[in-house]
Amino acid sequence: MKDMAMTEAGLSPLLRVEGLAKRYGARIGCTEVSFDLWPGEVMGIVGESGSGKTTLLNCLAGQLAPDAGRVLFDTRGRGMVDTLTMSESERRMLGRTDWAFVHQHAQDGLRMNVSAGGNVGERLMAVGAQHYGDIRDKAIDWLDRVEIAEDRVDDRPSAFSGGMRQRLQIARNLVTGPRLVFMDEPTGGLDVSVQARLLDLLRGLVREMGLSAIIVTHDLAVVRLLADRLMVMKSGHVVETGLTDQVLDDPQHAYTQLLVSSVLQV
Amino acid sequence: MISVENVSKTFTLHNQGGTVIPVMEGGSLSVAPGECVALVGASGSGKSTLMRMIYGNYLAASGRIMVGDVDVAQAEPREILALRRERLGYVSQFLRVVPRVATLDVVAEPLLALGVARDAARERASALLARLNIPERLWALSPTTFSGGEQQRVNIARGFAHDYPALLLDEPTASLDAANREQVMALIEEAKARGAAIVGIFHDVEARDRVCDRVVDVTGFTPVRVV
Repeated sequence: MKDMAMTEAGLSPLLRVEGLAKRYGARIGCTEVSFDLWPGEVMGIVGESGSGKTTLLNCLAGQLAPDAGRVLFDTRGRGMVDTLTMSESERRMLGRTDWAFVHQHAQDGLRMNVSAGGNVGERLMAVGAQHYGDIRDKAIDWLDRVEIAEDRVDDRPSAFSGGMRQRLQIARNLVTGPRLVFMDEPTGGLDVSVQARLLDLLRGLVREMGLSAIIVTHDLAVVRLLADRLMVMKSGHVVETGLTDQVLDDPQHAYTQLLVSSVLQV
Repeated sequence: MISVENVSKTFTLHNQGGTVIPVMEGGSLSVAPGECVALVGASGSGKSTLMRMIYGNYLAASGRIMVGDVDVAQAEPREILALRRERLGYVSQFLRVVPRVATLDVVAEPLLALGVARDAARERASALLARLNIPERLWALSPTTFSGGEQQRVNIARGFAHDYPALLLDEPTASLDAANREQVMALIEEAKARGAAIVGIFHDVEARDRVCDRVVDVTGFTPVRVV
């Protein structure tokens, strides 16, 4: 429950990022990125394409090695540990348990030739679940939570629509009860009606599970509804941070003002 | 409960030649528990700006904005989030919701965020919606398709779902018929009676005279503009 996450929220951040930087040759991917993420918080990273937001997300999630900086995570066993210097096996374990990564394209986060139930069950088996009946029950429960009917459990995701695939990817990621979820344009490429359904689902799950999340998107409407805080990036630099509604309604930096004023009104 | 001291605000339009627009100087007011203070002044004098600064939606350029023991002008985002969740409510003029979410859940959401059990939160939401005359057949629908007046009442129900010790009300009675207006007045009076400190903007003079104990004219905080 979120209230539990909230009472713990005063103690220490879940993630602490210090001076993170990544270069591609002479070009800056991202630089001088520092922030704390607290339990139960959802942070949005916005900026136009090429601003460095996906590079940053990949560096945070251990998918890309940064050139400098530290990414400290409050592990269950050892407290704050720099995930960049932990052993490969320890980081892999983190990626299966406390961390989850939701890709923009569901096929990057799913096994397309394995059934929906298998996709969810696989992650459970990776953390040691063995009893077939339990795994299947839990998979069906999670498919239900993401609004996928039980009679689709044996179908492969290749037979699913884009929105269903994205919901399946979310179920696969959340079944092990992670504490931190990285999301890269989770609603990108979906119809607006499907986006709304997914946003509603994500909001409910974040609240009920007390999850923390970092969401990269170029869609300001998505962060307004999902994120508590925003980080605005331009050319690899963080140009503005703050409460989501404050950054969107009273942007301070020239670039943020341009971004906000460029949104088409419907 | 709410204490604003010497607050100023400027807008800098970086993409319009760096134009700096000072909109407030020396903004001050205080509201005790159980008191309702009305902000008055002509359109554009800064009533909404001041209210948004108290909520942390606009950044103050200087000054102190104490809500309980939190200085909103200085606080970290997570402190303001906790303040909004637990102690500071805001009924804005417009409802902003995730499409597809049922009206009942929209109203119950502030309670769910506080960890109230779903059934209890929905019960409270039902009572408020019934009181504000939103027909029960609409509760399962998203309010995005509702009329302006219905959306406003949903927004009010949501704003009063939790008993916040501090409340900001932006035109809560605009576009309501007599019966609903009366319900909103009663909700405000009940909030005062339980000790809520309230700041409101009311163009409805009769409503203002009935529920507000004092008036603060924000024209006094308007900077002298060089035209």
